[in-house]
Amino acid sequence: MTPTSSPAAPTKRQLTVPTVADLAAQGKVPEILFWVGCAGAFDDRYKRVTRAFARILEHVGTDYAVLGLEESCTGDPAKRAGNEFLFQMQAMQNITTMNGYGIKKIVTACPHCFNTIKNEYPALGGEYEVIHHSTYLQQLINEGKVAVSGGESFKGRRITFHDSCYLGRANNIYEAPRDVLAALDADLVEMKRSKANGLCCGAGGAQMWKESEPGTKEINIERTEEALATLSGQAAALDNLRGVETERSTPSEHSLQGAIIAVSCPFCMTMMSDGVKNKEQEANVQVFDLAELIASAEGINR
Amino acid sequence: MLQPILFALLLLAAFGLFAWQVQKIRANILVGRDRDASGHAAERFTKTLLVAFGQQKMFKRLTPAFLHLIVYVGFIVINVEVIEIIIDGLFGTHRFLRFLGPVYSALMATNEVLAALVLIAVAAFWWRRNHNPPLRRFTGPELRMWPKLDANIILYIEVALMLALFFMNSADIRLHQMEGKELPGAFPVSHFLANLLPATSVATLEVMERAAWWVHITGILLFLNYLPSSKHFHIILAFPNVWYSRLVPQGQFSNVESITHEVKAMMDPSYAVPAPATNPDGSAVAPTPFGAKDVEDLPWTALMNSYSCTECGRCTSVCPANLTGKLLSPRKIIMDTRDRVEEKYNSPLIFHPNVYGEEAKHEPVTDLMSATLLRGKVTPEELWACTTCNACVESCPVNINPLESIIEMRRFLVLEESAAPNSLNVMFSNIENNGAPWAFSPSDRLNWADELYAAEKATV
Repeated sequence: MTPTSSPAAPTKRQLTVPTVADLAAQGKVPEILFWVGCAGAFDDRYKRVTRAFARILEHVGTDYAVLGLEESCTGDPAKRAGNEFLFQMQAMQNITTMNGYGIKKIVTACPHCFNTIKNEYPALGGEYEVIHHSTYLQQLINEGKVAVSGGESFKGRRITFHDSCYLGRANNIYEAPRDVLAALDADLVEMKRSKANGLCCGAGGAQMWKESEPGTKEINIERTEEALATLSGQAAALDNLRGVETERSTPSEHSLQGAIIAVSCPFCMTMMSDGVKNKEQEANVQVFDLAELIASAEGINR
Repeated sequence: MLQPILFALLLLAAFGLFAWQVQKIRANILVGRDRDASGHAAERFTKTLLVAFGQQKMFKRLTPAFLHLIVYVGFIVINVEVIEIIIDGLFGTHRFLRFLGPVYSALMATNEVLAALVLIAVAAFWWRRNHNPPLRRFTGPELRMWPKLDANIILYIEVALMLALFFMNSADIRLHQMEGKELPGAFPVSHFLANLLPATSVATLEVMERAAWWVHITGILLFLNYLPSSKHFHIILAFPNVWYSRLVPQGQFSNVESITHEVKAMMDPSYAVPAPATNPDGSAVAPTPFGAKDVEDLPWTALMNSYSCTECGRCTSVCPANLTGKLLSPRKIIMDTRDRVEEKYNSPLIFHPNVYGEEAKHEPVTDLMSATLLRGKVTPEELWACTTCNACVESCPVNINPLESIIEMRRFLVLEESAAPNSLNVMFSNIENNGAPWAFSPSDRLNWADELYAAEKATV
């Protein structure tokens, strides 16, 4: 936590991420555990989100720590795939670790970890206050701890938010990520299938680790097409969108240049990024997590 | 004197047959595993009021919601007239409720307007279902043969019942006119229709009125006994189904307690696993399998789900797998569950279970009794296509949960048959060996924190 001066760039300082074990050695328990998750720890793209969120935690002076090497998969993919035995093994191992350290409160940037720890760990003896980073960021902004200024400006940029199933329908969190994005003063546009009607990115239920079954299309392509049409103002072309009855929209022309698909889940991140590449729009449209957008706007994401 | 006796016998036979059929359905539902869905009465009451009585979730799609509301309100209000018909039939009275005076007029007028609106709504429903090409959610391998016919039969019966009501009222009005009397009550539609009736004798009109009266009530009683064979049973089970639906967040999947005991015993050798349940004769109850292979492995609520389904297909129409051409259709899984429980246990009067062929990639079924729900009706390919996104659960107007059945069958595939797709087995062993679903070294878990810099902010 102690800022150290970096010789390469004097305007930067190196951060040391505290581990729960280190704090325990000093007889301390962090107020909040940052549950990084497997994607946050290993997936190169989502590691950038983890780093952005750690910068925010450090920036606002949160008393936090990570489990580091003591963290293990929550068991979510195993449970969704039907392997209840493996799930419970993982869950109990993690619960033993966290209860041993006296963890009370957890924040995580992964909706799958969030859902599993919050809803499925209590039956196995793990009772914690669990919050998703979208809610946490919303609180920081509301409390004025993050000013969302001094960094990159998102003013007027077109952003559409893709709901994560495990945040949205699974846990009824729809407004927190939107409130966070609203702080960017950007041009927020909603996809037709949003909030409770949101379309899955295609990765949930352990699909992330397998080929999809034979079909006519990949789910992430279906979703990316909707996101791109929404961002370019061509959503009228989606008036007969399958699976939802909506009002006709007024067509408008928008350049995709600089547009953003905002996500709040590591698997949505992968699926939407792949979709944008498939549509050859990666030069125009970027996929960002909420934490990256806020850290960039705050000017600390370097 | 003969008419009331005949009527009493008809009534007795109709309600007796209905009770017998309901008893069979109840037995079918109770085939399922125990699931404690008691308690939280206040919360359940509010939910039932909003979702079942208030049709809250129907209003996600306005056109069908409005059409359905007409038929729903019509059904409830016209039932008041059925009470009158039953009283008249049993006691030989005519329009017994007439003593209500202006209230009776208002009631009859409301009935007539609603009945006319029901005819329009039913026509719209028929069009939505049968025009070419039909709405996407009225297609699919599960919606052929009996389910397709059933949906139209319901509409035809509703038309017949409404027409009988109008004919009965019109004949009565005409009869009273010929006798120089005023029929009590107000009949905005039949009053107009009465003028179209031929000016025949009083006797002929009496026969016409009586015939329409008998057709109307007999039709209603036949319809009542048609319900248990039909998707239309939802008009009854929607209410208990919503009452007993899950109150926990949709993302929370059920915990398998028998596995919890095993895992606890593995981690702590001193943990005492509860003794297995015993039969009355002292022998141990045969252990239940992990997950579900057949209907009796599903919780009873899942079986009630299958009887509450009106096959509207909202679940399938929002399923990301189905939207992208995969085999999975949540509605099919619910319909298969009902077909299977009726095939194996009690079947209704009209029973024509779906048999799938090429279209649903099914092996030909030779032996119906051994064709369990899993594999016999639902293929692993359907189950593995699910993203567990809860869109089907969210969309169901009567809180049916197809996802729960999907997960129960996945559990059977994985835990009893080790029949997961190979890539998922790789994921499982990665979690076991590395604590992560990918093949990364656990010692690299904190690498993201290396060389982590933040820009210095002047304002801090």
